[in-house]
Amino acid sequence: MNLMMLLEMAAEGLGDRVAVGSLEGGLTYSELYDQAQAAAERFQAADGERVVLCDESSPAVPISLFGAAAAGMPYVPLNYRLPDEDLQALAQRSAPGVAITDDLGAVRLADAQGIETMTRREFLEDLHRDGVPSAVTERPADPEEIAVLLYTSGTTGAPKTAVLRHRHLVSYILGAVEFMGAAPDEATIVSVPPYHVAGVAAMLSSVYAGRRIVQLPSFDPDLWIDTVETEQVTHAMVVPTMLARIVEALDARGSEPMLGLRALSYGGGRMPLPVITRALELFPITSFVNAYGLTETSSTIAVLGPDDHRLAQYSEEPAEQRRLASTGRPLPGVELSIRDEAGEEVPVGETGEIFVRGEQVSGEYLEAASPLVDGWFPTRDGGFIDEAGYLFVQGRNDDVIIRGGENMSPGEIEDVLLTHPAVKEAAAIGVADEQWGEKVVAVIVLADEAAAPGAGVDESEIQELVRRRLRSSRVPAHVVVVDELPYNDTGKLLRRVLRSQHSHLGDPDG
Amino acid sequence: MAELKPGARFQSTVCTTQVIVVKGDGDAELTCGGAAMVATGTAEISGKPAPDAAEGTLLGKRYTNADATVELLATKGGEGSIAVSGTPLSVAEPKTLPASD
Repeated sequence: MNLMMLLEMAAEGLGDRVAVGSLEGGLTYSELYDQAQAAAERFQAADGERVVLCDESSPAVPISLFGAAAAGMPYVPLNYRLPDEDLQALAQRSAPGVAITDDLGAVRLADAQGIETMTRREFLEDLHRDGVPSAVTERPADPEEIAVLLYTSGTTGAPKTAVLRHRHLVSYILGAVEFMGAAPDEATIVSVPPYHVAGVAAMLSSVYAGRRIVQLPSFDPDLWIDTVETEQVTHAMVVPTMLARIVEALDARGSEPMLGLRALSYGGGRMPLPVITRALELFPITSFVNAYGLTETSSTIAVLGPDDHRLAQYSEEPAEQRRLASTGRPLPGVELSIRDEAGEEVPVGETGEIFVRGEQVSGEYLEAASPLVDGWFPTRDGGFIDEAGYLFVQGRNDDVIIRGGENMSPGEIEDVLLTHPAVKEAAAIGVADEQWGEKVVAVIVLADEAAAPGAGVDESEIQELVRRRLRSSRVPAHVVVVDELPYNDTGKLLRRVLRSQHSHLGDPDG
Repeated sequence: MAELKPGARFQSTVCTTQVIVVKGDGDAELTCGGAAMVATGTAEISGKPAPDAAEGTLLGKRYTNADATVELLATKGGEGSIAVSGTPLSVAEPKTLPASD
């Protein structure tokens, strides 16, 4: 089954419902289908093998995603926020192909060999000029074909090209989304960028569910809040840094709780407990969903649902409260296994590496042989599963701090640091230590009040806080105050950068 | 006989129904509206569904047999109803997962 089939079904079943944009003037499912068909003709006529998108969110995103599928060409969204040199290198890797981009992107990609660029405006105008297309009727039906190529964010090295085939993405959608399951008035706000797997999944699942897509060109917390209200948005998906900034903006406005949003899903990184706790208060009747997934798994593989969130908020049972830090249980059709370094499954409750298996799991990169063994994909994320089957993700295995043979999750320390009123953002990293192998360094950004001249915070006060809440091994040897932490543009903390910035605090030969 | 393997697509010959196989194994007597279904795009529609097989097939619904060895997704709806070896398939329970993206 080809991805375009999902849109064809929506056009068949919900032709006149608005698929993308405002209720007035948005594209209906029929129109989106026609334009994707026209785009497919345009792509096939071009001298290339791939459809590259280097642009902010706009209707060109779903049109080119489905158009590429209908043309039988991989869709390759690029991170337009990368520096010129990195962007050009990725464009070069994507050649030969046709690229849709903004005016600036056309200039930046001009030197990429084998890439034919067209601006978004030209692309969209062409589709209208051609009118209703004669239709690319013979759509490639081979589910083994590559649907999407995504460059990994490369937080731990050079970006790799993750391969998602039609069968992976279709399995995900058929397994997770009910066709036309959305009520006619539902609308979802998409603020994740097109080159993030969640940006791809949002297009597919919204179309299949029949839920109107409202796009933010790029994320801004005030724009997000205003758009939710003006566009009658009922659903949203955000990454943790977005939710942190939305919460901050709502608090700054001192506005009433937001009641219109029915469902808020978050994922793509570890959510700090103080942020989700405050969000539950600011969105008192919203259904919260925590989704855990990876690029290599076609997005979501486990979800913590709305009831679990509210149970954790109001429960006095520690096991239930703790679930707020969990990513819930696997989707139907997805299996999880926690394994030790020897590859053996560990007992319930014990920490190891998270392995996942299922039809939506690809794990494939263009640059490497498949890492799948008997279908199991090693995520390189550490975590454990509790007695009730809830998954707790503790971050990248590469980020674990190992002090005196004891494995410590940075997130656990960061959650405690964030409870201090003077701390706005926090990161815990390990640096070399002669005696212990590694020691903990806390890197913090101060809250506005504490950053004022003459204010500030004592190192000893921070250390004492961690000592009181956690074991003494987790107490930071150093507390460093910085103006900002290094994040990539989807809010992933760049721990590799942070470790090299602060490596001088470690012992030279440790 | 139709070979039911995931991804295979079939059409009714007596109504507009089309399906794609989500789950299935091996040859089966697949009918819609009482007439054998054929590979999509290989036949014109003619005639009408038999009266005892005209409950209809709904776009986007998943149809399964009693022991859940067969699952078909309707990619186009129609007036005929689908059956395997003469036994009508039933609509699978809708998914109750929350939207996550």
